[in-house]
Amino acid sequence: MLRLPPFDFRNARSAAEAVDLWGESEGRAMFVAGGTDLIPNMKRRQFEPPVLVGIRRLEGGRDLQTDDGLELGAGVTLRQLAAAPNVRESYPGLAEAAGQVANLQIQRVGTIGGNLCVDTRCNYYNQTYEWRRSVGFCMKKDGDICLVAPGSSKCWAISSSDSAPILMALGATVDVLGTDGPRTISLGDMYQDDGIEYLTLKPGELMTAVRVPAPGNGQRSTYVKVRRRGSFDFPILGVGASLRIEDGRVRDARLVLGAVHTHPLAVTGVSELMEGETPTLELCEAAAELAYKRATPLDNADLVYYWRKQVTRVHVRRALARLCGLEVAPGGVR
Amino acid sequence: MKERIQLTVNGEVHDIVVDGNKTLMEVLREDLRLTGTKHGCELGECGTCTVLLDGEPVLSCLLLALDAEDSKIGTVEGLAAGSAPHELQIAFGELGASQCGYCSPGMLVSAAALLRDNPAPKREEIRDYLAGNLCRCTGYLKILEAIELAADRVSERRAAGETSPEHRIPARPAAEHGPDLEPIEGKRGSA
Repeated sequence: MLRLPPFDFRNARSAAEAVDLWGESEGRAMFVAGGTDLIPNMKRRQFEPPVLVGIRRLEGGRDLQTDDGLELGAGVTLRQLAAAPNVRESYPGLAEAAGQVANLQIQRVGTIGGNLCVDTRCNYYNQTYEWRRSVGFCMKKDGDICLVAPGSSKCWAISSSDSAPILMALGATVDVLGTDGPRTISLGDMYQDDGIEYLTLKPGELMTAVRVPAPGNGQRSTYVKVRRRGSFDFPILGVGASLRIEDGRVRDARLVLGAVHTHPLAVTGVSELMEGETPTLELCEAAAELAYKRATPLDNADLVYYWRKQVTRVHVRRALARLCGLEVAPGGVR
Repeated sequence: MKERIQLTVNGEVHDIVVDGNKTLMEVLREDLRLTGTKHGCELGECGTCTVLLDGEPVLSCLLLALDAEDSKIGTVEGLAAGSAPHELQIAFGELGASQCGYCSPGMLVSAAALLRDNPAPKREEIRDYLAGNLCRCTGYLKILEAIELAADRVSERRAAGETSPEHRIPARPAAEHGPDLEPIEGKRGSA
């Protein structure tokens, strides 16, 4: 049976108290909100923090406002996001992404802050201690080599957040609070190219809110998730896309891929390629080609990585075509 | 470290001393001896440990017991009204919706919350709602049929003005979660 390692549990009532409690632990505590990522990882001994600081009940943590843009407490649950009528209306891609994370039981306790900070994943990492010991530990936990790319000096664990690609495509920023006070950063800047230190947050920094600018004229967004099972699974490809159609022209196209790299991958060049153009299938295809070239899935997740790279092109093309209001032939020919 | 906590389970308050690092699933089974809630994958992948937390189905293997103190917990043991089983339990038995039986408690708890919120769910709505509850024996068909049978009977009893055991399931406290059942575009056929 998988038991949790021992720890002290301290419930915080405010973000400031949570950061203070982290400080009191001499930097060894971890924050826990829904716990749907951290608890399994602790059971498998990926983390053994001596103190857990509970942040499920922070003041204002679950506020969801849509007055001027979208403002979310980091503790807003994924279910709240998937079901909120104003999110579904104005930020459909975000509602689609939240509604496809794991299953309903997990969406009801899992939070947007937790999903944005979800630990990177790898077939050689998300295993029990005994499994990892018998295969040989990897550099992300307890070992010093990468079992996927043995010559690599860096860890290739995969960014597996469903909400990060679409929120980056929507231009989100996050508010964080640390022992040095609050700061606001663009969501893209919260990630870096390292499967171990995948976040740029400083030790003890706590995400408090997520902000998304109000949708522009004619803005549409979508999130496409590829996974083995229709019921629930982690993504093996996520496509977050947002664009505006104004006077029959494409504006502000943004495309971000999930689960094909150590961080959510903003596909550069798509904005420039599509800006001011008439939406056509050929245009979507050209943008999909850029995405295909950038995607670098490795042999450390579900299904065959060659296939995962190939279908990047297909799913990006379909997602963009749908946003452009173009008919995609049944049977998925295009 | 041992902690003293109060847990409200199926309307009963339990004052207990437990290890602080225990999950709610462990406390329910080992300390309160409510072994109806099953211990499956322990990693949030199978759904057999599903319980109601303030009326909402959640996974008790991922929830710290200490974190459940301020909430009302409902388990499969609380579905029956005394000796009268829930309509779902009767229908599961009649239609053989249980083979090895290991997923049944989670299925019943999820389905009970579904029928509370949506007394006449379509098959697609049942499938979506139960997507987090895995069954390796039945192929799901009998489970879906049993839930439909129970839904029909509950609706009939409601129409006749009778109360039925599903009324024992606590209502959700606030509407903050919004409806669970509206389909999310793109949810199916994306894999």
